[in-house]
Amino acid sequence: MIQLIWDGLFVGSFYALIALGYSMVYGIIKLLNFAHGDIYMLGAFIGFAVLTSVGGIPASLSIGALLVVMLVSMLLTGTAGVLIERLAYRPLRGAPRLAVLITAVGVSFSLEYGISALAGPNPRAFPIRLEGNVFVLLGARISLPQIILMLIAAMLMVLLNFYVEKTSTGRAMRAISLDRNASLLMGINVNQVISRTFFIGSALAGAAGVMAGAYYGKIDFLMGFIIGLKAFTAAVIGGIGNIKGAMLGGLVLGFVEAFGAEWFGGQWRDVFAFAVLILFLTLRPTGILGQRVTERV
Amino acid sequence: MAMLEFDNVAVYYGKVQALRGISLTVEEGEIVALLGNNGAGKTTTLSTASGLVKSHSGRVSFNGTDITKAMPWNVVGAGLIHVPEGRRIFSTMTVLENLLLGGYLVKDRALVAKRIATVYELLPLLAERSTQQGGTLSGGEQQMLAIGRALIAGPKMLMLDEPSMGLAPLIVARVMQVISEIRDQGTTVLLVEQNARAALKVTDRAYVIDGGTTTIEGRAVDLLGDSRIIDAYLGA
Repeated sequence: MIQLIWDGLFVGSFYALIALGYSMVYGIIKLLNFAHGDIYMLGAFIGFAVLTSVGGIPASLSIGALLVVMLVSMLLTGTAGVLIERLAYRPLRGAPRLAVLITAVGVSFSLEYGISALAGPNPRAFPIRLEGNVFVLLGARISLPQIILMLIAAMLMVLLNFYVEKTSTGRAMRAISLDRNASLLMGINVNQVISRTFFIGSALAGAAGVMAGAYYGKIDFLMGFIIGLKAFTAAVIGGIGNIKGAMLGGLVLGFVEAFGAEWFGGQWRDVFAFAVLILFLTLRPTGILGQRVTERV
Repeated sequence: MAMLEFDNVAVYYGKVQALRGISLTVEEGEIVALLGNNGAGKTTTLSTASGLVKSHSGRVSFNGTDITKAMPWNVVGAGLIHVPEGRRIFSTMTVLENLLLGGYLVKDRALVAKRIATVYELLPLLAERSTQQGGTLSGGEQQMLAIGRALIAGPKMLMLDEPSMGLAPLIVARVMQVISEIRDQGTTVLLVEQNARAALKVTDRAYVIDGGTTTIEGRAVDLLGDSRIIDAYLGA
């Protein structure tokens, strides 16, 4: 039982990191950015490229090296996100939403098969493998890398939450997601804020990509596909467009999968996740935290 | 030199022409009303000035600068603030956060704090509700918040779109009173109203827009007795 909770928490924090970008982008431009999972894949491959170009890393340095590589990868995936918005989505601002959605699917394919062309279609072994002692806490087997990765994920989410809740740009992001024209009348440079949103969301996905590479030890050009859908599910569960909802949704999905896999067998894991997606979309499309205040006119 | 000037401005929404040559001027320190029926083009006129809508031809200038093609944030930066129709409060954000957003372009935080204090003095009910979500305020309170929020930007000129819409007569009087106080403190005001009588009581001059063009212009006191205005907009 404790083991399941721990597993759910661990996988859930990955989902949450990626769901955040999904949710932020949806909140601000009402686009389901189906290329978002591929940014996660891109982050893993950037980490891979950086690590192989420096050569071998001694095992004792692996955590420090991982953090540096993660930062580089975040910067680059963030920039990639900004470029994608600038080149693919911004020209379609004001176009029917379906057109932008299809473009996002196109961007997703471009990223997947672009990386496949550059790095080859076969899975690659990630140069850093986080090894660590496994110890038992309250009956759950927990490894040191898991704790480190969760701490990193938690720290990133705390930082993001502070940024969105307390800074002027964060306030502008929330304002744009509520009412874009009113935000323009506040003097908010909407293009700039949208760019920053894409940067942050993509950087978080890039960080998750590097973490996944280091944890699972293997990356491939389609690794973002399923996790992108999972992150979308997490965002919907929490209430899409809602930052805290994305974090909560990630954890809930992690638990659902962990318990579902335990009770019904591991092969049902994805079925379980997407069944929850369908349930939420039909019964509560606004998600757990997606309530709206009653508005008076 | 006029503070705000429209010179023969035309605007299209797709193929539909919304403005067919609007020309008007607002001098510094004036309070001017823009009257007209639904769909006459009043809101489009304000949106063109604030950069939300792009004009097809003609020229808009503010303080001598051409703002015809300016982005909305540049217009706000220049000190021309548009308070939109329907208040457009950020409903799930607090009153204080709404006010802070009004000062988005003001880099000096101390100045923003000072302006918020001034707004709280002018509109004490906002101070009482500063931690309440904007969407929970009543219509009149939301209108006050929308006006207060605009003041945080430090406007040289305010454009108010239908501030009396949906409000009880007593509240309308209070809103109009606040608007004249703002003008008395030196801010130029362009006031769009369907409630012509309430508007003409507080304004110096007025324009009437009909079918996307300015048809009548005059001093408010004269227009209150003008038969064309009485018949069409005041109700005899």
